[in-house]
Amino acid sequence: MTNDIYANRRFVIGGLMLTVVLIYLLRLINLQLVDDSYSDQAESNAYLKKVQFPARGIIRDRNGKVLVFNKLSYDVMVVPREMKDFDTLEFCNAVRIDKQDFKEKMREMRSKPWYSPYQPQLLISQLNAHDYGVLQEKAFLYPGMYLQRRTLREYNYPNAALLLGSIGEVGRRTLKADTIDHFYVPGDYAGQNGVELTYEKDLRGEKGEEIFLRDAHGRIQGKYEDGKYDKSSKPGRDLQLSIDIDLQAYGEQLMKNKVGSVAAIDPATGEILALVSSPTYDPSLLVGRSRSENYEKLVNDPLKPLFDRPMMACYPPGSTFKTVNALIFEQENIISPWTAFPCTQGYHVGSFTVGCHAHSSPLTLIPSIQHSCNAYYCAGFRNMMDHKKYKNISEAFEVWKKHVVSLGFGYKLGADVPNEKRGYIPNSGVYDKIYGENRWKSLMIVSNSIGQGEILATPLQIANLAATIANRGYYTVPHLVKNIEGRSIDSCYLQRRYTTIDSAYYEPVVEGMDLVMKNGTGWGARIDSIEVCGKTGTAQNPHGEDHSIFMAFAPKDHPKIAICVVVENSGFGATWAAPIATLMIEKYLKGYIPKRRLWMEERMLNANLLPKQNGVTKK
Amino acid sequence: MESRRNSILSNLDWVTIGIYMLLVVLGWFSIYGAVYNFEEASFFDFSYRYGKQLVWIACALVIAAVLLMLDSRIYTLLAYVIFPIMMLVLLAMVVFAALNLPFVPDIKGSHSWLVLGPVSIQPAEFAKTATSLMLAKLMSEYGFSLSRTKHLGMALAVIFLPVVLIVAQHETGSALVYFALTLVLYREGMSGIYLFLGFFAVVVFILSIRFGEVPIISMLPDESYGLFLVMGLTILVQMGFLKVFMQDGNSSLIVGGVSLALFLLGYAIYKLLDYPIHFTYIGMAALVFTLCYCIVMRVKARLWGYLLVGLFGFVSIGFSNVADKAFDHLMPHQQTRIKVTLGMENDPKKAGYNVNQSMIAIGSGGWAGKGFLNGTQTKLKYVPEQDTDFIFCTVGEEHGFIGSAVVLGLFAFLLLRLVYLAERQRSLFSRIYGYCVASIFFFHLFINIGMVTGLTPVIGIPLPFFSYGGSSLWSFTILLFIFLRLDASRTEYFGQ
Repeated sequence: MTNDIYANRRFVIGGLMLTVVLIYLLRLINLQLVDDSYSDQAESNAYLKKVQFPARGIIRDRNGKVLVFNKLSYDVMVVPREMKDFDTLEFCNAVRIDKQDFKEKMREMRSKPWYSPYQPQLLISQLNAHDYGVLQEKAFLYPGMYLQRRTLREYNYPNAALLLGSIGEVGRRTLKADTIDHFYVPGDYAGQNGVELTYEKDLRGEKGEEIFLRDAHGRIQGKYEDGKYDKSSKPGRDLQLSIDIDLQAYGEQLMKNKVGSVAAIDPATGEILALVSSPTYDPSLLVGRSRSENYEKLVNDPLKPLFDRPMMACYPPGSTFKTVNALIFEQENIISPWTAFPCTQGYHVGSFTVGCHAHSSPLTLIPSIQHSCNAYYCAGFRNMMDHKKYKNISEAFEVWKKHVVSLGFGYKLGADVPNEKRGYIPNSGVYDKIYGENRWKSLMIVSNSIGQGEILATPLQIANLAATIANRGYYTVPHLVKNIEGRSIDSCYLQRRYTTIDSAYYEPVVEGMDLVMKNGTGWGARIDSIEVCGKTGTAQNPHGEDHSIFMAFAPKDHPKIAICVVVENSGFGATWAAPIATLMIEKYLKGYIPKRRLWMEERMLNANLLPKQNGVTKK
Repeated sequence: MESRRNSILSNLDWVTIGIYMLLVVLGWFSIYGAVYNFEEASFFDFSYRYGKQLVWIACALVIAAVLLMLDSRIYTLLAYVIFPIMMLVLLAMVVFAALNLPFVPDIKGSHSWLVLGPVSIQPAEFAKTATSLMLAKLMSEYGFSLSRTKHLGMALAVIFLPVVLIVAQHETGSALVYFALTLVLYREGMSGIYLFLGFFAVVVFILSIRFGEVPIISMLPDESYGLFLVMGLTILVQMGFLKVFMQDGNSSLIVGGVSLALFLLGYAIYKLLDYPIHFTYIGMAALVFTLCYCIVMRVKARLWGYLLVGLFGFVSIGFSNVADKAFDHLMPHQQTRIKVTLGMENDPKKAGYNVNQSMIAIGSGGWAGKGFLNGTQTKLKYVPEQDTDFIFCTVGEEHGFIGSAVVLGLFAFLLLRLVYLAERQRSLFSRIYGYCVASIFFFHLFINIGMVTGLTPVIGIPLPFFSYGGSSLWSFTILLFIFLRLDASRTEYFGQ
């Protein structure tokens, strides 16, 4: 070989080859390992996933009556990429919309943030069976369009709307929060309130999925791996509620034309028997294509039918709260059942007066409840607040507060209904803030003794108080669920929560409540054959006339029902709330209202206590 | 006789043969994967392409064996015979096509297929071997020197004759492959400046097209970034020429300094006085200055080189203009392919569809791929030409980065091995031929992988041993095994 002066050029050529290969390797790293947008595109390219929606769980009442079940509905879905030109007018006629609507819906669909031309998009939701039939026949005219079966809710009773809740399209917040299961996709339905929301995960079931392969021309090439990865849907779990739908319906009837709540609990179990929020509405209003229209009407109703009053409305508990104070005073040895306080038509200290009505004086504990004596509780409360055994009034108040909280006030009870409110029980710090530290005296806060002042409670909390007294010292967190198919209910709904008050101290209170009905403030609403223990309340409020409040349980021994009724702005507890409560009790325990009390039932049913500004006069 | 055959067998480069076998087998599996349609199918169904490819492979092995059995001297002797025959065949193709004869049908706009009954072959594929042999023969002749213009011209003529004939068949992709042979000329002594000029021409072309319609100042839409960038680049190259070829660092700095000063002056006028200045005028001024300066130096130093450097500036600008005009005369599909590669057009539905789908398929492979026969993009025909030009997509999708890297690695190894084998030849003929083989494989790899990954324009040339097709497989086999046969005889004679 001759001397080759260009021999080193082999390295230039070899280097060039290596450089190109290295550049390509980097490119592959970028394409395959770094940038994952390509795999996403590949997926939406090649797989067409059709979802099979599960049937939602059925909801029954405590007696097994079906409250909520499913009806079929169809959504018109389109895969935009596969759409071809078609006769828009004919399509519009088939689904009964006009052309303008159709354009609007197409525009709306395209503007959704999750829009993809490769994946099925919701065009028109909730076709009824008739329209579905019409469209199905012509389906071949509309390539890229198919009908997605969904289940909607149907209701057997026009009652219990708020506690049952409704389902609606999932919002962005739900979608965002759905990070663990990745269950929802935009356009899905989920419970929006009531037990539909609380037990969403039980009711919704599991979605199924059919995976199809789609070629470059958008043609379906059959099932992916012969359906190996398909999943059939699993229906949701059925739910049995503790509600007695007949009692619920009766309660709603009684509360018709009144603003207020009824909460009835089985004291032994904490099961909610009825939960009336008045005014109410028919739950089937919020189903189907008219949902949004009706929803808007309900939102704009000045009486706020969507406001879940038994759970969310916070009232001063009024005289019903005297039972709480009685229990605390006993427990703290401020009084004994034989302690008597005088009442001179009220409680007077200097120019300060809390009025009271006519009854004998002085009174001991049991008659004080029987007659709902304000003076008794003002005196007792001040005795406690100023008692020497506490370091100062702050400590006394904190002790008082602790007992109140143990009776279920001031915090959410933890019922299985979303949006429960906690009510309000102040602590000593609140008064420090209002009056300055150590600058407040027992007299300034004495109205707490009669359930006024700063304290607020929801009807459910008051009903729970009745249940606690009925149980002589404990309660179970009120709840709506009785059974869930295939799993046990949350353990917190099975445990008794004991109060800080000894059981023995409840007896005088029970006796007092018994006498309320026999010969006291609730006498007018008595039931002869059932020993009802009740307590009237009249909550003053700054917004208008007093709220009529009544809480009760029955029978006195082995109680089966505890109840709280609030009728807003209607006056004395004995006038409206007490009759309604006892009618509920009688209906629940006997199943009928005897002749003797039919006049009362009629009076309650016909009473119209709606605010005047609504154009309706008060009776 | 017995001993000779033994010496051939023992001198054969079994490593290369191993890589070849590996690539062919992997290629076949890729074709099977690309054609496979999620339906039950047997490996040996000859109505499918993977079945046919098996036949092509078997024939290729027979061809390889025959090539190895022939005396190595036949190849040197036949070089002068085969090349003219092949050129005649190519010419005949053009003529037949012009006469609309049925055995040269129009297949996707190209007339490169010769259809004789059930057999159709692509002569252009085999012309690569003939040209390589011819080039090797010519350049290994006694007294041949690339430094002589006449000899260089002859070598270039051998390379560009088939180019012309193949372009005439509208098979531009295959024609471009022959440009790879300039690498061989470089190895054998052609000045690197030609390669540099070629590279420079490509850059100027890209700049002119890519930035040809991007105005520098929006107020003056008639001047573009493209031309300005070409001017800047040209001056840099002139500086380099002065420094490297004229050994004149001072002149280099003077040219660069004056140009920079002119540019800064213009920039200041534009920025500070807000006066819309024609930047291309500044570039032109710099180029004129360079030319004048070089003329002065030519007179002073009496070196013609200066004049060439000075004129280079205007040649470069001229070329930029020509490139622009030439681009407008390309076929529309060629224009869009180039535009897509340069990122000027991005319509994944139309022009960019192939490349976009190809990148999706490869990109969705991830680390380890979706598994053999589990690729969805290729199975569902999202990728066009997926068993021929876009075969690498199947590898990328089903075997992921690992599989792609292995294939790329095998090719890199093959190329470097070929360079190594070529360098160990004692016969000039064998060495030149070896480089021809390496260069052709390299160009195919460069364009094919580049196009499926979106880095080079779509030029329809196959990936050696992978792409479906008898013609390409056989022609690559012939190309490679002639060299392996020559290599096996590397000890028999030298000097020649």
